[in-house]
Amino acid sequence: MTSVWSQIEPILGRVSKPARYIGCEDGAQAPVHSPAKAAWLLLYPDAYEVGLPNQGLQILYEILNERDDALAERAYAPWVDMEHEMRGRAIPLFSVDTHTPARDFDLLAFNLSAELVYTNLLNCVDLAGVPVRAADRGPEHPLVVAGGHCTFNPEPLADFVDLFVIGDGEEPVGPISEAVRAWKAGGRTPGSRQRLLRDLASQPGVYVPSMYDVAYDGQRLVSVTPKYPDVPEKVEKQTIADLGAWPYPRRQLVPMTEVVHDRLNVEIFRGCTRGCRFCQAGMITRPVRERPAEQVRQMVSDGLARTGYDEVSLTSLSSADFSGIDSVVSGIINDPTCAGQVGVSLPSLRVDAFTVGIASEIQKVRRTGLTFAPEGGTWRMRQVINKLIREEDLYGAVDSAFSQGWRRVKLYFLTGLPTETDEDTLGIAELARNCVSVGRRHNKAVSVTASVGGFVPKPQTPFQWFGQDTPAELMRKVNLLRDATRKDRGVQMRWHDPKASLAEGIASRGDRRVGAVIEEVWRRGGTFQEWSEHFDVNLWTEAMAAHGLSIDWYVHRHRTEDELLPWAHISAGLHDDFLWQEWLDALAAAGTPDCRWTPCYDCGACTGYGIEHVVASPVPPAGGSQGTGQDLGSGGVRPPALLGAVPVTLGRRNERAQ
Amino acid sequence: MKIRVRFAKLGKIRWSSHRDVARMWERAFRREQLPLAYSEGFSPRPKVSFGLALPTGHESLAEYLDIELDATLDLELGAGAEQLDLEALPARLSAALPLGVDVLAVAPLEARAPSLQEDVTSCTWRLAAIAADGHAAVGEEEMAARVAALLAAPSAMVARSRKGVEVVDDVRPGIIDLRVLGATEAGVGEGVWLEAELGTRPRGVRPSELLGALGPDLAEAHVRRLHQWISRDGARWEPLGLGGTTAATDAPHALERAS
Repeated sequence: MTSVWSQIEPILGRVSKPARYIGCEDGAQAPVHSPAKAAWLLLYPDAYEVGLPNQGLQILYEILNERDDALAERAYAPWVDMEHEMRGRAIPLFSVDTHTPARDFDLLAFNLSAELVYTNLLNCVDLAGVPVRAADRGPEHPLVVAGGHCTFNPEPLADFVDLFVIGDGEEPVGPISEAVRAWKAGGRTPGSRQRLLRDLASQPGVYVPSMYDVAYDGQRLVSVTPKYPDVPEKVEKQTIADLGAWPYPRRQLVPMTEVVHDRLNVEIFRGCTRGCRFCQAGMITRPVRERPAEQVRQMVSDGLARTGYDEVSLTSLSSADFSGIDSVVSGIINDPTCAGQVGVSLPSLRVDAFTVGIASEIQKVRRTGLTFAPEGGTWRMRQVINKLIREEDLYGAVDSAFSQGWRRVKLYFLTGLPTETDEDTLGIAELARNCVSVGRRHNKAVSVTASVGGFVPKPQTPFQWFGQDTPAELMRKVNLLRDATRKDRGVQMRWHDPKASLAEGIASRGDRRVGAVIEEVWRRGGTFQEWSEHFDVNLWTEAMAAHGLSIDWYVHRHRTEDELLPWAHISAGLHDDFLWQEWLDALAAAGTPDCRWTPCYDCGACTGYGIEHVVASPVPPAGGSQGTGQDLGSGGVRPPALLGAVPVTLGRRNERAQ
Repeated sequence: MKIRVRFAKLGKIRWSSHRDVARMWERAFRREQLPLAYSEGFSPRPKVSFGLALPTGHESLAEYLDIELDATLDLELGAGAEQLDLEALPARLSAALPLGVDVLAVAPLEARAPSLQEDVTSCTWRLAAIAADGHAAVGEEEMAARVAALLAAPSAMVARSRKGVEVVDDVRPGIIDLRVLGATEAGVGEGVWLEAELGTRPRGVRPSELLGALGPDLAEAHVRRLHQWISRDGARWEPLGLGGTTAATDAPHALERAS
């Protein structure tokens, strides 16, 4: 393998943030390529500073490099200035570890965490010197692989990706490495690529789109059929049963330049069964698998000592739900080797005073801002989405935060949700306003930011049948909120560009025909669509029109129960009737409890795969909001104090909750 | 107790920024559990002060930082400041720093020593002057003539940008010494090696600005800071010599082999 470093070096002085391209991270590996090893290039198709911290990629990087039959290096999407220099000098996409050209690897494996990076995937494949369409590739080209949450609807990328890995990647990468190593040893003869793909198509968790025929009747999808008897009709996601068996990353990468989430990250559990109906992550990663508390402590103390970081984030989809989270957190903070200088952060705080209590313990020094995600503006709306946060939980949390010294609270909301009325939308303004009132009792200068995103329905969720709001409707709702909060000092409104939600909607629930649209957006220069300075909605709408595809049909239309959905042959284990029942319950504003602590309602994620929750505590966390161990009848009751000027009972409610 | 550290920045890591290097040091101090003194207040920071920023992409054999240790602190695991073995410190810190960042010397500093930023008056640079895009390379003879002309000129007006604003300045007073070392070798780019001593105040002259004064057809490559200098009592001093001393010296060329 030849390094292209000598070609890269002269252009680094011309590009922004050149440290993106040098590698050199603590924990980086320089594996030696050999004919006896399947060479993986793990790619995150976005800027280095976004991709480097990705834990999924780092886990596979270590697991693969521990194998005898495989090796792994990393690459990220070169920023536009770097791409310009590279194309001008015919420099191919390269790994940051040893600066080996991407084309010299056997697999280009992409992590897909967001739909708007799809055009970057095509761009990276092209920069590697590999044909972007799978059908145009020969034995001399690497396999293009994709994994990550977005692959639960792989169809929009079916024309470009040779194989998808569905679900947890830790186990499937083993058999894939073996098969690819054998392919490499066999000299990658003509025709061998097809045979390899067919072999891989029957591996658990592997989906090879070229092994399926797709038929349409007009606009409607009629069937997705395996071409061969040994190719499965339905591809089941892979799930590791015991997170404790996978204590990775052991050597988290410490970058030489600033990145997002620049701290130690320790995954404390995978999966979430809160059951929020809009949340794709919560639906596709079931069941809950906690890491043993002792292993968490060990990974934190080893990681801090090795990296020199002074902050650790305990990651998961809802970290306050970890059994005994309070003792884990205080154990870290009171660890003598940390000398009181280590910060702990919990992403996605649960909305209740108990959680704020933990937050106050871990943010003893810098109390800047706290973020909560009630998601819906009224109790009815939150019953629809099954985010069962009672209004009093929110005020209790906010009261607790402001009374303990925080000045800023940020609230995340979705708009454009199923059955949403203007009253629900305006409930967002009211909640924010009430939070300011609660805070003013402690501090005159409090501020509450309401951040509003346009809802994009996701595959494999109860809302997969729902017609997404148009950008005009989303903007109308945003404007309602802007008008409603204009005179409120202390309430700030932020909103996500509704046009970006439209493009995300096209990519997230599209079928194979949308592939042509993604290709056209890319060919017209539409890369880095996640970045507002590069996003251009016209590229998407024009490409849809050019290929005769209706935005209304793909994005804004409600689906019916009998419709074959483009991702129906990909299974997250969830029964179709579970998802449909959840959709009906949503429309009836009826909640579903968290099955971690209540009887199983058989969604399919455990029973179908013979696995179970791994949860240390048999009871819900103290003060656990969101429909656990609480009388939900009062969820919509607004504390009387907020209706008049009389001081309140919130303090007492807060105590009771603990 | 204050100590001054001299370190090198060589190889790929030179593409990290001054801010990046500051973060590397903070992590290294924590890994080695050095008993650093912390600032008071809302958001305590370790008391570390860096010298002149090194432009991203340039190498150096003479970077400096001053750190303050907490004399009262005696950590259970790290040695307190009084027991700190300064001789072992360069190796300890180098091991905790990324490849390419190496500690060359460490010495105690007088409590009232002026800061590096106040004290340093000039730097010695070695750089390759290669052909700018669309130009032919300038040979050794031609370059020698240009250097002689520049040194003989009373002023040299160069357009340069400072904080995003284009200004035209006379850089000649900042060019203290300049000589041609010879033709570049293969792999560097066709051109000439230069060594220059450039002033750091009132407005420092950067290597790229020196090339601006030598002609519009030149581009810099492989720039390396060899020394920083303090002028005091009519002599040049290094902020910290390689042997951990601050004795006056003129040209420790031994250093250049460190690469």
